[in-house]
Amino acid sequence: METENIIELRHVTKSFADNGFVAVNDFNLEVKRGEFVTFLGPSGCGKTTTLRMIAGFEMPTSGEILLNGNPIQNLPPYERPINTVFQRYALFPHMNIFDNIAFGLRQKKVPKDQIEKKVKRVLSLVDLEGFEERRVTTLSGGQQQRIAIARALVNEPEILLLDEPLGALDLKMRQEMQLELKEMHDHLGITFIYVTHDQEEALTMSDKIVIMSEGKIQQIGTPEDVYNEPKNAFVADFVGESNIFSGIMTGKRRVRFCGGEFTCVDDFPEGTHITAVVRPEDVVLTTPEKGMIQGEVTSVIFKGMHYEIAVQSGRNEMEIRSTRTPKVGEQVGMVIEPDGIHVIQAAEDTNRFLVDINENYRLSYNGKVLDTSVTKLIRGGHRLEDGTIVDENGDKLDLSRAKFEAEIQPSDIEMTDNYEDGLVEGNISNLIYQGDHYSYVIHADNGQDFVVYDEDLWNMNDRVGLVMPVEKMKFTLKKQGRQ
Amino acid sequence: MKFARKNLCIPYAVWLILFVALPLVVLFYYAFTDGTGQFTIFNLTGFFTDPNALGTLVYSFAIAIVTTAVCLLLAYPTAYILATGRLREKQGVILIFVMPMWINFSLRITALKELLDVIEGNLAMYPFLNSVIGMTYDFLPFMILPIYTTIMRLDPAYIEAANDLGADNREAFLKVTLPLSMPGVMSGISMVFLPAMTNYVVLDMLYNSTYIMGSLIGSYFSAYNWHGGSMIALILLGIICLFTLLGSDDEESTNARGGALL
Repeated sequence: METENIIELRHVTKSFADNGFVAVNDFNLEVKRGEFVTFLGPSGCGKTTTLRMIAGFEMPTSGEILLNGNPIQNLPPYERPINTVFQRYALFPHMNIFDNIAFGLRQKKVPKDQIEKKVKRVLSLVDLEGFEERRVTTLSGGQQQRIAIARALVNEPEILLLDEPLGALDLKMRQEMQLELKEMHDHLGITFIYVTHDQEEALTMSDKIVIMSEGKIQQIGTPEDVYNEPKNAFVADFVGESNIFSGIMTGKRRVRFCGGEFTCVDDFPEGTHITAVVRPEDVVLTTPEKGMIQGEVTSVIFKGMHYEIAVQSGRNEMEIRSTRTPKVGEQVGMVIEPDGIHVIQAAEDTNRFLVDINENYRLSYNGKVLDTSVTKLIRGGHRLEDGTIVDENGDKLDLSRAKFEAEIQPSDIEMTDNYEDGLVEGNISNLIYQGDHYSYVIHADNGQDFVVYDEDLWNMNDRVGLVMPVEKMKFTLKKQGRQ
Repeated sequence: MKFARKNLCIPYAVWLILFVALPLVVLFYYAFTDGTGQFTIFNLTGFFTDPNALGTLVYSFAIAIVTTAVCLLLAYPTAYILATGRLREKQGVILIFVMPMWINFSLRITALKELLDVIEGNLAMYPFLNSVIGMTYDFLPFMILPIYTTIMRLDPAYIEAANDLGADNREAFLKVTLPLSMPGVMSGISMVFLPAMTNYVVLDMLYNSTYIMGSLIGSYFSAYNWHGGSMIALILLGIICLFTLLGSDDEESTNARGGALL
């Protein structure tokens, strides 16, 4: 029976015996014949390990890899009809170009005259006719890249694996090769599985993108899908530029974040804690009066086709891409259309908010000092005699530009009638009974929404103070100024 | 005077002149003169017409070739296992091979002599065998280390590429690892071959009457015939130069990637 899927990965997991590190965790994927699939993710996300398991250089700890429906996970690489283009090409330096390309054919005992024909044909495919006698070391990086592709393609593999093949090339060469690879793929009809950490590369070339982080698949979809409909904050952040805010649903298709209330196209029950993703090109600059939210321009950078503008709106910073050029310090208004807002249901109700640093290197929020010191929050950080703080590498931190994000669980916040005891004050704007507790949303006076779990019943619009113990907070350095 | 970067090479240049160039000039002078300081090529013709001298040359060659071959046969698998195997105490194993080099040379050889004495009864019975054993024992690390270093530095991606293109592990070794480790092998050969032709001290200490090129040169000098001794040294130099040139011919592109000792 002919299956449409050329390769399938089922619950593939890889952990390394020596340190127990789980590189790939329950990976499930189906690839159709002729597809161009890209594994995209930051370094260490497991994308290369997955590719190496398909090639046969690594054996999965558990799970199945099916090629045309047959399990191949235990076959050695030389018995798989799959070829690889290596990151640094791995062309054999002791052979000339002809022998390099002919290597696979000779292994298969292809007749001599056919080998010559095939090598010639594949060399013309990669635009390097007449290079047969050249030595590997006399070739430029781009040429070696093409030979590496030719050496794999000449075997007519069912699947071509490419492990960050363009990483070593300069930008212009990389863009050229991207188009050429795409053309080759369309022309040959071979299934390509491509690994990269470059989101632009992935968006340009792929039919299907698999976004990975920490060994897990975050999202599988077409380039349009992952760009326009990111499934979670990681994908939104990794693919393209984006502004990510935590917020709350305030009504039917109404959402509040970044100090404003907006209409959106996604619908979640009122009170749902959400993550709002706004692409920089979807924010329209206008006058403060016409804007849905207002802010002050903090930087304007010319990027050729457009300007990249940062606007500080209350406690939040918004990146905007625009052809208008406001001045730094100017008050502006911002409009975001409903389809420019992508709302994702937050995975958990963790409260996240930015905190300030005062001149004594103490963190503060809402004008109240938190009992912790900055030096404790930076790994290996310590304070020099002149008062500056350096991190473990000895780099100075410019704390005027540093931002810390505090994280606190809803169950760790306590509501009190003695408003003064709280870190912030606000009014209860929503409450839902969730089985054994109520989930409250408190709209604080500073514009931030907090989610609080409490077993007792409070009333809508009750005014409360929120007590947040510092020891229950987790701080992370969000933005680090460089000196 | 302003200090220029190139002044840094002065000590090396002085060294080179004093200990390389000057001795060579002296060597040439003695090789082509007779006792009265007159130019002569008698030393050269004398060597090639002396059947004893030529016999020694051939015999030295034989010992050197066999010693080098035995060293290579022992060293390559050792170096390969050390470089690619998953040995837990790799550094320790390497130490075992290197440590004899730290023990005093004469002590080492004397110990070997006593051992062979016990095994063979009479050392004089097997001069060729004993020469090869003694020299192999002495020179083996010089063969292992360059090969080990070369294999260590091989990008594992080459083997993976060979596997990927359909070669099983044996074929990948023969077609990729072996040819790519040749610079190390060449380096090892050059470090074993010449000493094996000339290092007669090892043989002397084994109470071995075998006469090799080194012994021949030594005998000329101890008889105060500096002219004949210089000529033989020069001939050896010429032979080694010839071999080095021949050897480097087909590995021009790969030897840049190194294979030097340590």
